[in-house]
Amino acid sequence: MSKNFGYSWLIGGAQGTGIERGASIFINSVAAAGYYVFGKREYYSNIMGEHSYYYVRFDKKPIRSHVERYNILAAYDAETIFRHSTEALPEAAIIYNSLLKAVRLSEIPTIEKRLRNEISKKFNLEPNKLNLSLILEEAEKNGVKAFPVDYTEILTTVSKKTGESLSELTIMNNIIAVASSLALLKLDFEVLVKAISKTFGNRKRVIELNTLVSELAYNQVNSKGYSNEFNLSLPKLENNSKRYILNGNQAVAIGKLAAGCRFQTYYPITPATDESNFLEAHENIEIKEEISNLINEEKEFLKTEGSIVVMETEDEIAAITMATGAALAGARASTSTSGPGFSLMVEGLGWAGMNEVPVVITLYQRGGPSTGMPTRNEQGDLRFAIHAGHGEFPRIVLAPGDVEEAFYDTIRAFNYAERYQLPVILMLDKFLANSVKTIEKIEANKVKIDRGTILKEDELLKLKQAGKEYKRFEFTENGISPRVFVGTNNAVFWNTGDEHDELGHITEDPIIRDKMMEKRMSKLLTASKEIPMEEKLNYLPATKPEITIVSWGSNKGPILDLIELLKDEGIEVDYIQVRILNPFPANELRGLLEGKRWVDVESNYSAQLAGLIRENTGLKPNYYIVKYNGRPISLDELYIAVKRTITSEAPTRQVLRSGA
Amino acid sequence: MELKLKLTDYRTDVHNNWCPGCGDFGILSSIQQALFEMQLNPSKVAIISGIGCSAKTPHYINGYGIHTLHGRAIPYATGLKLANPELEVIVTVGDGDGLGIGAGHFVHAGRRNVDFTVVLYNNEVYGLTKGQAAPTLNIGVKTKSLPKPNINQAINPILLAFAAGYTFIARGYAYEVKHLKELIKQAISHKGSAFVEVIQPCPTYNDIHTKEYWSGKGNIDPKTGKEVPRYYKLEETGYECIITDETTEEEYLNKITNFIKKAYESGNRVPIGVFYRDLRFATYEERLSSRMPTYKISPPAKQEIADKKGNLITNIDKILEEFAI
Ligand SMILES: Cc1ncc(C[n+]2csc(CCOP(=O)(O)OP(=O)(O)O)c2C)c(N)n1
Ligand SMILES: [Mg+2]
Repeated sequence: MSKNFGYSWLIGGAQGTGIERGASIFINSVAAAGYYVFGKREYYSNIMGEHSYYYVRFDKKPIRSHVERYNILAAYDAETIFRHSTEALPEAAIIYNSLLKAVRLSEIPTIEKRLRNEISKKFNLEPNKLNLSLILEEAEKNGVKAFPVDYTEILTTVSKKTGESLSELTIMNNIIAVASSLALLKLDFEVLVKAISKTFGNRKRVIELNTLVSELAYNQVNSKGYSNEFNLSLPKLENNSKRYILNGNQAVAIGKLAAGCRFQTYYPITPATDESNFLEAHENIEIKEEISNLINEEKEFLKTEGSIVVMETEDEIAAITMATGAALAGARASTSTSGPGFSLMVEGLGWAGMNEVPVVITLYQRGGPSTGMPTRNEQGDLRFAIHAGHGEFPRIVLAPGDVEEAFYDTIRAFNYAERYQLPVILMLDKFLANSVKTIEKIEANKVKIDRGTILKEDELLKLKQAGKEYKRFEFTENGISPRVFVGTNNAVFWNTGDEHDELGHITEDPIIRDKMMEKRMSKLLTASKEIPMEEKLNYLPATKPEITIVSWGSNKGPILDLIELLKDEGIEVDYIQVRILNPFPANELRGLLEGKRWVDVESNYSAQLAGLIRENTGLKPNYYIVKYNGRPISLDELYIAVKRTITSEAPTRQVLRSGA
Repeated sequence: MELKLKLTDYRTDVHNNWCPGCGDFGILSSIQQALFEMQLNPSKVAIISGIGCSAKTPHYINGYGIHTLHGRAIPYATGLKLANPELEVIVTVGDGDGLGIGAGHFVHAGRRNVDFTVVLYNNEVYGLTKGQAAPTLNIGVKTKSLPKPNINQAINPILLAFAAGYTFIARGYAYEVKHLKELIKQAISHKGSAFVEVIQPCPTYNDIHTKEYWSGKGNIDPKTGKEVPRYYKLEETGYECIITDETTEEEYLNKITNFIKKAYESGNRVPIGVFYRDLRFATYEERLSSRMPTYKISPPAKQEIADKKGNLITNIDKILEEFAI
């Protein structure tokens, strides 16, 4: 089975010691050698000291998920091995710091009591008797190869050669772990050297030091003969296609720039902040050259390049209301948050719905309720996003399933918002936000910009000259009234959160109330009619499906990989990924699901999507697979769970529990 | 040539449902007169309000009128102004609105110095919800609809605005329409966040600080034996407080001490007029411009984002290169 999963590498250590940097160098190396990668990051809500780790899976073919097993565990502290020793695949390697063999379980305060007891029980030894040597011996009994690396010797040599102090150099333990892993895999050293340069950009001294450390690690692994003892190797692959490695935060941020989002607000919160930070780092925007030449002739101000205003606000209430204000002025505007922040935004969401303002909210779900598990994964906010707010108002909710979709759906989110004049919630989760993946290309013009109906000052002048008044909330057939940006000449309008007439003035007239309510809500019907099926859901049909998997969001990765895995075994399954959750694609789903055996897969407790499907179509899944321990669904556990539904051995509800 | 705008061009025909004698009428007409005298194009004016009696103001003014959520007028206004800095943005908030539920936004606006004007209608009560104590009501005071005397101390809006960083701070009186109009004109002309507190009698719920109270009922000048108003105009006393880059440390301390004294004056001599002007800080718009050279010429609301066929015009290739293998 391990073969089908490709290769898997895990690096772990205390938070703040360079796990992510190390993983990034490793990823850049294997990617440069021509492999596709998928990387998943797990960390505590903590700045320093708690255990964090990073899984990297890589393969010759595209991959989109992780497995909770590894071929190589790269560790420079003892905790990582205590925690992960039993996740080894057969014949896996564990790289460890030879100085740490005597460290006992009782000496590691960051391992939770529950886990300490579990490990202690597993090895049948008190925590103060159980040391790293014993753990490694046990692993070796199961076929794992443990390779001691003398981290101190390497750093001492570097210190002597360069004059850097030894204590300063300990931050390079991560690179020793990375280089030793790549040496075991017999990767061409030059590939690593390039990856180091790429990672550190123009920081010459850092590059020199990292390269030197890597060289010594390679030498040590080779001279001790470890690479011969380890049977996996990474030959360089021919690869001529252009590839990128991106995570969900980055894909959304780039999508926002492409979509023409020019005003972003945020209040810091994991796992949303990275998106806004990225935007702020790219606040000065370039316009495509051929286009700026073209429009230069038409309009003077386009000679200049663009910019995006990124505002760190005082709270999330200010974040959504400020973005809404910017949207009223005519900018494409958005905010970005996760559950706790979204809770605060709800009143503002209702105001945008009531006043038909196009504002986009990226909602990165994380473990809830309340502060929940700030750095862990969950899809627990689906029903909340659909229902958030008092009273009834239209909103569109969409949920991309992977990095590519995150980019395209971000552009669509702004299009829907402006075309239908309503708030749009773009839902991702921690798994999608923080996981990196190799992608082949981003086609900037696959999704066109659609700003809906906007009246400009010349059209308004004509209206005025015809003796007519501009009505912001004019009653129309499809519910959409032409929009005017605040500040446009020859018009004024009013907005209010109170029920209002066509001009936007307060009214409590029952007849106008009915008409206005119906006008607003009818925009959802219009959207339902106009949005094509391919944007509402992905359907991956099979010729003779054993079962149909129905899911949403980031589960797409493990599901697609599972489909390939099963195909290798001659098993076919269907897959439906619901992408627009509101307005709910009820008819489309009914058509696809009627008479089928299907399994609902979700990362939450109550199977919220299945509930929505039942509410909207009357159909109920045969099986549920849910997960809510804060860890994303892994390919290996999904494989087992889905297979049991195919063989009908599964109980109606399976709860996935893997993940450290 | 453009026709001169008339005062009526700043009015709407929406039925005004404030109580008869409400101080809000005076504030409304001060704003309208200020806009008229400045001959501002109604299509370039945005009046943003929160929730409350005061928040109905935009519906009575011919201009873009955005009546928002309780306490949130300031962030809406911030977004609007920064997306299109050519707008003249005036925020009208109640004392509950601006200093109760919206106190956080009120304070943070001071840090930014966005070029807009905040007018605070201070009637010491929550008017629209029938007279509960607002954050500006003094401790121990029992207005008409309070079951018990107010148990909280009052916020001093002038000092809070100063502490927060507003660069223009003034106080007016709702029935001194001309004076208030002048204050609003100065506030609008000021580059940066301007704050105007307005003493606003609420004839229905504030039976303590009534119009008569402010006009001097029972406040007899021993010399003349006549009633004197309980407010006076700062400018008539020669008071002025302007801080510039040239102001020395010592001058600054003197000025600030004077300012604080004025801000604390209460009882039978409440100052109205301009309390404070600080010319040292760049506006938020200028701060953005210094980071983003094109911000002023093409602010967010003015940027083209697609060509005529709807193709994106943003060049993301370079950004993607950061992620290329
Ligand atoms: C979130 C929220 N809470 C409470 C209310 C109810 N409410 C409406 S007006 C108001 C008080 C308004 O007082 P103030 O801001 O002083 O304005 P005034 O009416 O005195 O002008 C309150 C509490 C509301 N609309 N929204
Ligand atoms: Mg009030």
